[in-house]
Amino acid sequence: MNDLERETQSSHCPLPVGDHGDQITLAYGEGGKLSRRLLHERLLPRFGNEQLRLLGDAALLPTTSGQIAFSTDAYTVSPLFFRGGDIGKLAVFGTVNDLAVSGARPRWLSLSLVIEEGLAWSVLDRVLDSIQIAAITADVAIVTGDTKVVPRGAVDKLFITTSGIGDVLIPSPPGPIALQPEDVLIVSGPIGRHGAAILCAREQFDFDPAPTSDCSLLTGPLAALHSARVCPRAVRDATRGGVAAILYEWAESSQLSCVIDESSVPVDAAVRAVCELLGLDPLHLANEGTFVLATPPELVERTMTILRQHHVSLRAEVIGRLRPRRTVPVTIVRALGREVTLAEPSGAPLPRIC
Amino acid sequence: MKFVDEYRHSTLLKNQLAELRRGITQRWVIMDVCGGQTHSLLRHGLEEALDDVLELAHGPGCPVCVTPAEVIDDAVKLAKRPDVVLASFGDMLRVPGHTGSLLQARAAGAEVRTVYSPVDALQLAAKEPHKQIVFFGVGFETTAPATALAVLQARQLKLRNFSLLVHHVRVEPAMRAVIQLPDNRVQGFLAAGHVCTVTGFAHYRKFVDEFQVPVVVTGFEPSDLLAGLTECVRLLELRKPQLRNQYERAARPEGNVHAQHLIDEVYAVATIPWRGFGEIPDGGLVLRSQLSDFDARRRFGIIASPSSSDGECRSVDVMAGRIKPPDCPLFGNRCTPDMPVGAPMVSSEGACAAYFSYARPFERNHE
Repeated sequence: MNDLERETQSSHCPLPVGDHGDQITLAYGEGGKLSRRLLHERLLPRFGNEQLRLLGDAALLPTTSGQIAFSTDAYTVSPLFFRGGDIGKLAVFGTVNDLAVSGARPRWLSLSLVIEEGLAWSVLDRVLDSIQIAAITADVAIVTGDTKVVPRGAVDKLFITTSGIGDVLIPSPPGPIALQPEDVLIVSGPIGRHGAAILCAREQFDFDPAPTSDCSLLTGPLAALHSARVCPRAVRDATRGGVAAILYEWAESSQLSCVIDESSVPVDAAVRAVCELLGLDPLHLANEGTFVLATPPELVERTMTILRQHHVSLRAEVIGRLRPRRTVPVTIVRALGREVTLAEPSGAPLPRIC
Repeated sequence: MKFVDEYRHSTLLKNQLAELRRGITQRWVIMDVCGGQTHSLLRHGLEEALDDVLELAHGPGCPVCVTPAEVIDDAVKLAKRPDVVLASFGDMLRVPGHTGSLLQARAAGAEVRTVYSPVDALQLAAKEPHKQIVFFGVGFETTAPATALAVLQARQLKLRNFSLLVHHVRVEPAMRAVIQLPDNRVQGFLAAGHVCTVTGFAHYRKFVDEFQVPVVVTGFEPSDLLAGLTECVRLLELRKPQLRNQYERAARPEGNVHAQHLIDEVYAVATIPWRGFGEIPDGGLVLRSQLSDFDARRRFGIIASPSSSDGECRSVDVMAGRIKPPDCPLFGNRCTPDMPVGAPMVSSEGACAAYFSYARPFERNHE
């Protein structure tokens, strides 16, 4: 066994502090020996698979017989760690969920890290551990990647980009263009948890109970719906802009209107408390493990049964329906039974939440 | 959720609505002077539910909306200085002055940060001693104690890099300005409950006696608002201009004496300009002369800009109860929350933004 192999097979933080220092320096991003050490000591031991070990300029992947789904996302969340997740878990689940809601079975990911000079090795290790666990959980292989270290201030600590490829399952959701009047809107769980958790982490708000991010994998219930052939007409994970943003997008693409009932929208007490105090609407807050789907009325019962068999969608609820287009694209029935416009999220109440 | 659900219960609200409607014999004009109440009335559909029997007017109760554009211009000037970090509440960042908004200044390189409290800005000053931290704060008597506390702490900590640009306004003089308008139509007021938790409400007796209109101290939840409106209507119907408190769980006649002392130690009552209204006698609070070291304008030699008109924006007519926001020719076309012309469309507490956000869905037109 040569030195390189020994290092590759060693555990996560093999070098003495005196060699590396506590913090990552620009030299680790300059493509030379230190870049190689970063790769061999920290990345390959965690994500090593046949493809990645080849260290080619591109991963060579077997073709599938049908379509593939391809998605990419950049993750810049601040702070890097928050209740319920961290940037690493988010970077894996975020892209995997984008594939899953598009009707695909996620298979491969790329991983690109842009590291700010001075980031502690211990922080990078925590994030990489989290990426490793998330990738195993999601059953995806990281087959290609890149690391850069940039001068202090050029990024905020650590930015991650992941791109993902998945096999499209048949049938895949046709998407919002196929929506019909009377289709039923279902949300997979309590909303606004990620946005509220990030806000509390960033501003160090000490709420009790504290909101926890819903950052989680959505493949389970979506794959189950596909295998049972209970195909929704449209599915979206309710990330930035929250549930309200999706309803506005769907109303726009389908030229229909959405109406939801406030009393049936699931919201945790912790999220409600944050929203009440800060004047936010949970329907505008981001989610990272919650989706909205629209399905024909005759499929609602079977859809709900399947969703409630999975932990991540155990608390799914019917929240509303579509109907022929009215002037106002999205409305909400509030406590008094009065139907009012649901405000469209405008601008980001919380910068850099994912 | 405790302290929320019991004030929004559908059956309770329906019963309250029915009771309120039963007692009305004419379409009274009642004004709230609090952005939080305005939003709650529209968000929960109360205004629409009562529109045929009551005219609800939304007075100058949004502090962002009554801050003159010139004050925003001063904030932008300060933010553009290379040695200054300007800290403010999120709402203030989007309000346009004559020379753009603070968000635009930030995009052009000014250092502007969002904080949730003036004490956060104070901590920033302690952490970054080489920067001058200017806290830009607006608000009624509810926010004044917090900025007062920040000034007193800065003095105690001898923080020489902390100063304030504040535009603190007072509710009662604004109500006075509205009712003294020659074309005033307002017949009764809901007094802003949260402000009363600080100031108390005993001082409204004089207002009631002088102008012979009922004033009802009212909270923010739908059931609070319905209770406040019901009481106000009852007093109007009985022709009894009196002061009542419908927000007993939070507001006391004497208010929060400690907070009042803080305000009094740091600020003096003064006649200051309100956006759209011009100068309102005793309408604001200014730093006392012995604390003028903390006045950002003075520290950086900013000369207050002369006030100017708001062009076509009719926000003053909205705040005076003359028109409803949709009656303004700019509403919804040239003026939207994304591209606001006037402050009431920017702030999350502004009446125009409330009408735009929670507009009643019109009759279907595509079926």
